[in-house]
Amino acid sequence: MQKVDVGKKILSANEQYALKNSRFLTEKKKLCLNMISSPGSGKTTILTRTISELRDKIKIGVIEGDIQTDIDAEKIRATEAPVVQINTEGTCHLSAAQVSAALEKLPVDALDLIFIENVGNLVCPSAFELGEAGKIVVLSVTEGDDKPAKYPAIFAKSKVLLINKIDLSGAGLHVDFNIKRVQIDARKLNKDIEIFPVSAKTGAGFVDWCKWLIKSVKSLRCD
Amino acid sequence: MHEAMIAQNLFAAISDEAAKQDAKPTGAKISCGKLYAINDEALCFAFEAIAKGTTCEGMKLEIEHKPIQGQCRNCSQNFEVEFSHPRCPECDSEDFELLPDAPLVLEEIEFVNIQAE
Repeated sequence: MQKVDVGKKILSANEQYALKNSRFLTEKKKLCLNMISSPGSGKTTILTRTISELRDKIKIGVIEGDIQTDIDAEKIRATEAPVVQINTEGTCHLSAAQVSAALEKLPVDALDLIFIENVGNLVCPSAFELGEAGKIVVLSVTEGDDKPAKYPAIFAKSKVLLINKIDLSGAGLHVDFNIKRVQIDARKLNKDIEIFPVSAKTGAGFVDWCKWLIKSVKSLRCD
Repeated sequence: MHEAMIAQNLFAAISDEAAKQDAKPTGAKISCGKLYAINDEALCFAFEAIAKGTTCEGMKLEIEHKPIQGQCRNCSQNFEVEFSHPRCPECDSEDFELLPDAPLVLEEIEFVNIQAE
């Protein structure tokens, strides 16, 4: 029996692609945001509404990650924004290599902002850097207000928390959801996290969320 | 379930090293930060499935989860972050920066019948 020291980084192939993507996007001064959430939190609806609201202000492109189908890409396509669908065929997260290939298919020069919609999953995607400038975690009120406490990693790592479907909760409404608890728990993990309560259905909260996007795109251009 | 992809990469790295050493690997030590959210059982299960019928079959994996590190913005102290109670142990401040997670590293492989060089 003999032991051999190896000391080799295991995700290094992914990290190399992530670095390549990050360099490419930084050089071109394009903002890239990686959107992560459970399935059904409303990522795609948030994107279609954001694209429509910002239509005259910033040009948005989307990389859609799903295990199967191009249902989400079709919804984005209906807004006329450029979109590339990645099917992971069973894998629970997007890899930086897949994003790298998708970036080649997007008209990056004509865009200001690229959203990556990750596979619906609150755990696995947080371990795979894609070369993005920041992560956006989406939590919908129907999932419950205990999620930052239960899934801390993604809330600790994200730049923005979008609390979606707020039209469903509140006094006398369907869902009990303590928004204060979520804000407190998320800020405990991540003092700098920007939190926007929104409803992608009614458009509530989109003014502030869109303002933040415009500001972030502009600050990148001026760097 | 991201363990499956990690197991695949791990398998490739171990197979490379086994070929270099011309020996059969029987065990490996891996370390990674807690933010990788690796479930040991899932990783071992995936690895076993991939390794079946190869020189890596039957290997034992040992996984060390390194604590999450934070730096206090109040007193600059580095400390281990407990997500259940995230605050600086030195000055009790809740204002801290999360430091990058420890990378996923294949630390060491155990072989039988290595040929002496």
